[in-house]
Amino acid sequence: MAKCPECDAEVTVGTDAVKGEIVSCPDCGAELEVTETKPLALALAPEAEEDWGE
Amino acid sequence: MSSPTVGVLLSRVRVEEKLLLEELESRHVPTKVLDDRELVFELERKPDIGVDLVLERCIQHSRALYALWIFGIWGIPTVNTFEVADICGNKLLTTMRLIRDGVPSPRTRVAFTPESALVAAEELGYPVVMKPLVGSWGRLISKVNDREAAEAILEHKDVLGTYMHSIYYVQEYVPKPGRDIRAFVVGDETIAAIYRYSDHWITNTARGGRATKCIVTPELNDVCVRAARAVGGGVVAIDVLEGAEGLLVNEVNYTMEFRNSIDTTGVNIPAKVVDYVLSVATR
Repeated sequence: MAKCPECDAEVTVGTDAVKGEIVSCPDCGAELEVTETKPLALALAPEAEEDWGE
Repeated sequence: MSSPTVGVLLSRVRVEEKLLLEELESRHVPTKVLDDRELVFELERKPDIGVDLVLERCIQHSRALYALWIFGIWGIPTVNTFEVADICGNKLLTTMRLIRDGVPSPRTRVAFTPESALVAAEELGYPVVMKPLVGSWGRLISKVNDREAAEAILEHKDVLGTYMHSIYYVQEYVPKPGRDIRAFVVGDETIAAIYRYSDHWITNTARGGRATKCIVTPELNDVCVRAARAVGGGVVAIDVLEGAEGLLVNEVNYTMEFRNSIDTTGVNIPAKVVDYVLSVATR
């Protein structure tokens, strides 16, 4: 469990979470990136840029 | 024969990358994640990065493009190739390949000034669609209904856009029955397709379009496989419009997103992708 950097809610992720995975905060909906799994650490995922996606 | 080591080049582990990594793991394929935020390419010498092939899954086109170029020079096979990324990442290059190979696509004009772009729009007849050459998820794509709107859009592009927005790509607007088709091609087969329904003319599922299963007819398979070959082949997703005269290929995507299409189609898309990756690695 870790705190959402946006709203401070407690966020849990599955046991199969991997570094770099994107999860959503259940409270505020912010997109978060798993930066560490042991212990769990979360950061705000970067905003979409012009050349993203398809 | 031992399994090749697959490098997965990625920026973030989205649902798609996680499914691909899980598929590789389930087959006991040695896998190495290459995080594009951490890579430093020492260009003068090919490093031993310990992979036999790279599966490109970057979220950013520019990173994918240059990484694929470097891996290609180093002789490391990639899925997809630099050529495919280069063509698919640019709507003008894609359209020209489709035309070259006789794949039906919407009528398109390219112009280099706002004035000539306006002439192109008038000649095509309104509504037209103006698109940035590079871009995705339907961003900054404009449906232009009349000359006044065209003038406004062109002025905005001219004043506010980057230099890439000064190449004016103007396309006929193809009326669609509230949906379009996204088809997934792996190698020489259209493995699955979905309809994307939306009340909005932009139907990307990333923009709220709803997905339902689309049967892959021989006609759809044929046009999609030909489109995939036109851009260089590999693992691509084809956007298809149902025009009055038949199917039209709108775009080809090279780092396809498929999270909304596995349950919808019942096709294990990541397994098909991994099959293809391993086939390339053992060529």
